[in-house]
Amino acid sequence: MIEIIALLAIFCGLFFFLSGSIGLLRLPDIFSRLHALAKADNVGLALVTLGIIMLEPDLFNDIKLVIIWLLVMAASAISSHLVARHALRENRDND
Amino acid sequence: MTDTSSTSIVTVALLVALNLLMLSLLIGLVRAWIGPKIEDRYSAILLLGTGGVAILFILAILLPLAALYDVALVLALLAIVGTVALTRSEKSDD
Amino acid sequence: MIDLLWSIFDISLVLLVLFLAWATCSTQDMMRAVTLFIALGLILAIIWARLKAPDLALAEAVIGAGISGALLLSAIKDYPSTTTEMPSRRSSLVEWIINGMTLGLVIIMSWAVWHGLYMSDGVRLSEQVMSHLPVSGVSNPVTAVLLNFRAYDTLLELAVVLTAVLTVLNLNHKRADVSAASALLLGMTRWLVPLLVVTSGYLLWVGAHAPGGAFQAGAMLAAAMILLQLSNPSSLQGFNLSVLRSLLVIGIFVFVLVGIWMMSLNQDFLAFNPAWAGSLILIIEFAATLSIATALTLAYLGGRPMGWESANPADSATKPNGKPS
Repeated sequence: MIEIIALLAIFCGLFFFLSGSIGLLRLPDIFSRLHALAKADNVGLALVTLGIIMLEPDLFNDIKLVIIWLLVMAASAISSHLVARHALRENRDND
Repeated sequence: MTDTSSTSIVTVALLVALNLLMLSLLIGLVRAWIGPKIEDRYSAILLLGTGGVAILFILAILLPLAALYDVALVLALLAIVGTVALTRSEKSDD
Repeated sequence: MIDLLWSIFDISLVLLVLFLAWATCSTQDMMRAVTLFIALGLILAIIWARLKAPDLALAEAVIGAGISGALLLSAIKDYPSTTTEMPSRRSSLVEWIINGMTLGLVIIMSWAVWHGLYMSDGVRLSEQVMSHLPVSGVSNPVTAVLLNFRAYDTLLELAVVLTAVLTVLNLNHKRADVSAASALLLGMTRWLVPLLVVTSGYLLWVGAHAPGGAFQAGAMLAAAMILLQLSNPSSLQGFNLSVLRSLLVIGIFVFVLVGIWMMSLNQDFLAFNPAWAGSLILIIEFAATLSIATALTLAYLGGRPMGWESANPADSATKPNGKPS
């Protein structure tokens, strides 16, 4: 039973991953692409992590998974911000 | 009997998820090929990093190999360092 | 069904890595080449994970995708986008020869791997390693091989790293200074650098019984120092030339010292007593981590540390570069 929920969570997360990468490919601007990427990073990985936590028997590994998830959220937020400001600065310099 | 069949359903589902993640990475890599500026290409690397973390999680359950969680941890940490290396310059404050 | 799905995954990984390798070498656009190279490193890490080789996956993720990625990105970011074409190529005869030799090497190595896996009944080294694992002092077979059974190779690898970083330092090409960092960057660094240092220590410690070890820990520490240099360079002012020199050589120094000590006890260079092997390995790995971290950081920064005087008067024509303060 718990496996069904876990697989459901993983596949929902996968949906966000796929939509994020398709958005990365099809959206017109670097800023909108970063927006799509943030969906894949935050929601997609959160759901996948939830599913994996349910499937993983060892408690210590579960704690490690939560830590990794928090780090990826922080990495995604920081990276999006830095890349967006870099792109903004480059646009301003070139215009 | 139900135990092995439920385990194999989980295995098949995780494998399908693995392949779909590879598909998502491949789509992202097209942006790395095209993306006119360095920021577009780097965002594809970020997607590869997060997708790689997800792939490593699923592989850790499937193989099974708990050490892959450490590899995922390292990938998450180094994504930030790579971004800072790319975006820091003498002209700006971030 | 399960085998089919695994095969799809494996074949897509193989095709992807081959394509990335070819595309990285053959593309004319530098930015694309750098990005594809970093992607190649990440895909390689996934391949090692798939092949159940987590030590290699760790090393590839940290060094191949992390440090090399940061190095290449810092190099490429200031390239003007109008001149990303590579310079004119060599003559086509030289290219044909190089391509032919590479192809021949690939064929020979593929045949060797196939022959070794499927044809010969040769000795499998993993059984020998596992049978000698209890006397090696650690329980991770990779660490046992690297730091006990083949410790001499690791010592020479440290020497190679030292030679490489000395070469980079002598080129004296300093990376441009960065301006003062914003509050966001400083705030992030305040918790991220300690986290990187702690993770480096974790990788070093866990290498005795799980995937990890000195190279991964050293590269992680180098990533922490690079981050610190990029965001808050003034905090690294304590690292003057004498400190850096000591850190660079301490790995080799401790390694050779332990080897000579063991030679005085056991008649063989680097022959560890089984009772002490665990502690000795940890001491050597600790020193090696410091050396590798310093070497990678200095290779990233370029230039010469403050206080590097040259005895050659011709060198005084170049203005002295110091570590940015």
